[in-house]
Amino acid sequence: MNEPNKTFDATTFVKGLWKENPVFVQVLGMCPTLAVTNSATNGLAMGLATAFVLVMSSMLVSMLRNFIPKQVRIATFILIIATFVTVAEYLIQAISIDIHKALGAFISLIVVNCIILGRAEAFASKNTVGKSIIDAAGMGAGFTFALLCLGVVREILGSGTLFGLQVLGQGFEPWVLMILPGGGFFTLGAWLLLFNYMKERKAAKMQEVVA
Amino acid sequence: MSESLSYIFINACLVNNFVLAYFLGICPFIGVSGNIGTASRMGGAVTFVMLVSSMCAYGIHTLLVAIDAPFLQLISYIVVIASTVQLVEMIIKKFSPALFRALGIFLPLITTNCAILGLALFQTSKGYNFLESLVYALGAGAGFTIALVIMAGIREDLDIADTPKVVRGTAIVLMVAGLLSLTFMGFAGLGG
Repeated sequence: MNEPNKTFDATTFVKGLWKENPVFVQVLGMCPTLAVTNSATNGLAMGLATAFVLVMSSMLVSMLRNFIPKQVRIATFILIIATFVTVAEYLIQAISIDIHKALGAFISLIVVNCIILGRAEAFASKNTVGKSIIDAAGMGAGFTFALLCLGVVREILGSGTLFGLQVLGQGFEPWVLMILPGGGFFTLGAWLLLFNYMKERKAAKMQEVVA
Repeated sequence: MSESLSYIFINACLVNNFVLAYFLGICPFIGVSGNIGTASRMGGAVTFVMLVSSMCAYGIHTLLVAIDAPFLQLISYIVVIASTVQLVEMIIKKFSPALFRALGIFLPLITTNCAILGLALFQTSKGYNFLESLVYALGAGAGFTIALVIMAGIREDLDIADTPKVVRGTAIVLMVAGLLSLTFMGFAGLGG
């Protein structure tokens, strides 16, 4: 954050990162979350691309919020998002052909990521440009964080590496399952379990304090 | 293309099942798999939208190649899908008001089902011709319906099972989906 003294802006940012984390709490945007997180690098790249589209489209939607007729707003949002996704796709292709190949069609599929349309509809179309950008940045950061969590676990267990570097010793037998589709479901399920458990323990503690 | 039509169908339906291998359409997979009836109707609607949008996507791709504007691909696909869904909604409302009421909110939500956009993108990148695209769409739709119905059946039983409180909800659904995905890996190599 550039201005830590503005507490309100800070909470808008942090809520996307933790309390309203789009993946772990709202369970949105499952498809890219599961599909590309077979390595930490892919997860990070996907998270950053999504965050970029999220911030840019939230900004534009918020700027145009008084000009878009209510009846066609969803169609307009989708068009704005699709434009930025195209930009992101060509950017990634320019930066790294390898990542572009690894992510494949899933870059284009950012268009139908419910997080982006959800934020445009629920936040950006009702708030000022500044607030919308901070909200989008928070959500984007939360999404990237979640993708990284999944990617790191799956890469370490599935191939014994992290960001392509060997971390577990030679004797380690990789669990091939973890980089296969099934492993994606298991890992996300396990993370959700952990979050549920933490939430319940917190709730139980609160009750103890009250009693 | 040397792939036979039956190979394309089996490939899209079982071996590379859209939901369990490509992770496309996870949102309705988790959201609408509560009971078997709704799940199968949803599968039918999605299959129909897939068929129509696959035909349109084939036409658009030919046109875009002709005018040399591939960067418009994504934008025009999503517009076509959105209008197809709108069209399907109007048709169902006109001919079968009962089905229209049963599907309710799920109908417009098909627009943001990534399986449909994914199908259009995959058939383009694989270079299928018109007939192959249609069979591919049919297979993907059938695969989606199968996955959804199996999941709904398991969840109906899960509701009466005594599961620990922490795993209830999305967590257990994801675990079950993981097992299903492993099962479907057994189809690898089929139809080749």
